[in-house]
Amino acid sequence: MTRYVLKRLVLLPVLLFLFSVTVFAIVQAPPGDFLTTYVATLASSGSSISAEQVEALRREYGLDQPVWIQYLRWMENLAKGNLGLSLEYQRPNAELIGERLVLTVVLALFSFVFTWVVAVPAGIYSAMHPRSALDYTLTILNYVGVATPNFMLALVLMWSAFAYFGVSVTGLFSPDFVDARWSVARVVDLLKHLWLPAVVLGIAGTARLTRVMRANLLDELNKPYVTTARAKGLSEWRLVLRYPARLALNPLVSTIGWYLPALFSGSLIVATVMNLPNIGPLLLRALINQDMYLAGSILLIYCFLTIVGTLISDILLAWLDPRIRLEES
Amino acid sequence: MAAETAPAVVASVAEERVSVASNWRLVWWRFKKHRLALLSALVLIALYLVVLCPEFFSTQDPEATDARLAFMPVQRVHLFDGTRLSPWVPGVVGKRNPTTLRMEWRVDESRKIPVGFLTAGHPYRWLGVAPARLHLVGAASTDSREQVHLLGTDRLGRDQWSRLVHGTRTSMTIGLVAVMFSVVLGVLLGGISGYFGGLPDLVIQRAIELLQSLPTIPIWLALTAALPRDWSPQQVFFAITVILSLVGWTTLGREVRGRFLALREEDFVLAAELAGASRRRIIARHMVPTFLSHIIATSTLAIPVMIINETSLSFLGLGIRPPAISWGVLLQEAQNLQTLALAPWLLIPGLAVILAVLAFNLVGDGLRDAADPYSQ
Repeated sequence: MTRYVLKRLVLLPVLLFLFSVTVFAIVQAPPGDFLTTYVATLASSGSSISAEQVEALRREYGLDQPVWIQYLRWMENLAKGNLGLSLEYQRPNAELIGERLVLTVVLALFSFVFTWVVAVPAGIYSAMHPRSALDYTLTILNYVGVATPNFMLALVLMWSAFAYFGVSVTGLFSPDFVDARWSVARVVDLLKHLWLPAVVLGIAGTARLTRVMRANLLDELNKPYVTTARAKGLSEWRLVLRYPARLALNPLVSTIGWYLPALFSGSLIVATVMNLPNIGPLLLRALINQDMYLAGSILLIYCFLTIVGTLISDILLAWLDPRIRLEES
Repeated sequence: MAAETAPAVVASVAEERVSVASNWRLVWWRFKKHRLALLSALVLIALYLVVLCPEFFSTQDPEATDARLAFMPVQRVHLFDGTRLSPWVPGVVGKRNPTTLRMEWRVDESRKIPVGFLTAGHPYRWLGVAPARLHLVGAASTDSREQVHLLGTDRLGRDQWSRLVHGTRTSMTIGLVAVMFSVVLGVLLGGISGYFGGLPDLVIQRAIELLQSLPTIPIWLALTAALPRDWSPQQVFFAITVILSLVGWTTLGREVRGRFLALREEDFVLAAELAGASRRRIIARHMVPTFLSHIIATSTLAIPVMIINETSLSFLGLGIRPPAISWGVLLQEAQNLQTLALAPWLLIPGLAVILAVLAFNLVGDGLRDAADPYSQ
């Protein structure tokens, strides 16, 4: 078990190195650089900047250097824990990303908890009462849940909240708390706003997980050991929860590996629609403005979150399922 | 006596039918039992008919803008005029609000615009070649000001129904083409990996793991943002299908590899080898057909994922770009709350997305259950 985790941890820097090269290649691929976009923006707003000034800025940002030197400079800074300077905002990237990163992770974790808290009981109920009215309702909801893109769901919710209740459900904080320091009141305010985006983000996953749980449990319930337990007079609920439900959970745990990362990257779309202050909208802006060090750093953070998400699920699975542990040792 | 033997005879006839039926026939028999999957298949056929010739199904030119017709609401179709079957839509009268300078529309039930089938409308080229004017539905009125906007209009006064129909072509094709790319890559690389094993297997497996641990949406966004701005809609379309299938093939690649690994040990492959069949023949004639139905089921389930991805990318402004029309491009119009409050009908294209994804998922589920005809 320890060896298994260690092996994964050793691989982590290797993966991150490969990703950093890929990410850098992608963010500096568009023709032109930040300054070309910057000059174009200035021109469209009526002001201008002299060619010498542009050249001076280009030299200052190191944009005149060959690509591999730019990459090495970025890496050198990263190794020092310095995420570089945002060309657009003229502020350190770490400062821009900091709180937004925390909110990204918190949102994903909330969605994750929501998914499991809803999907597992719903799946168990459906499997215990197949073809009941509630089972059919859940099945229909599941199909629709999987079929609805989450930005669509966010739009519909935002629109109905506005049209029927006159409230705007965008953002993660009330106006008073947007720039406030962290305090208990601010956390409470965050929680008040967080649940809706968390539900929006988690709906599709909840639907999928409910179906998997139902199918897994139905398979287990047909096995002889369940009949034996029933013949011995165990109550239905205890019987189901004691063994079959636990066995049915195993394949579900193995989905964490892709589900948690999917939540991290999926939150990008929900955040853009609902105007949430996490790293998604920041990345979008950075990509459009060719603010490449900011875009590159955020992309690398997404990669890191993805790898960590997979790692967590591997560890959980090895801990839950002895067969995997034995195989590895 | 006779009553007792009859069912047995029927059963044995049925058994005989099953034992001589081809694999595909068995799959079809099982698929047919899924009522919902069958219904969904019909929905998909209808959608692809629209894909073939969206111009015929549209009521107006999807590009025609008219600022005076901006944000016109949905005109509800009434099938009966009194008791007579004669479809019509109510006229809509607009008045500019003097303070907001916005057009405010009011439905005028007393003015009836007749709706006709197979009417003549704006000219187009049928399947891109034959010139035509025929449209499925349209205003059956000689007055050119009396127009039908089945789903209202957008901020530039473009007819949303016509745009939706044209968007269907792009969105439904992109899913299909991206999955086709994924299948080719997945079967090829998964096959090599599973059949040959050894070094190729190791390299391909590591590549799959690497691709699968990429955060998909951010990377897609970065890739599409890197596409040159001056590319034509066709080039962008092609690039996006390639970008989507870059990650899409990995799931299929894994599955194909697993099948190859299992099949390699089967007796019938050994028999074919002993009979002197070439490697290519063994793969193409003996191995692939046994899991082809699985590949079809898996790829059917992959299409809706591609559709959602395309829609999301275009919605964020980094996928298909206007003037090309796709469902995501249409939904981009509904991006902010102000517009939504003013024109909630701009969300209707989202229903098309849900319908298409639902239909693909149901057909895919039906196919998956039917794919293994010998299991019970």
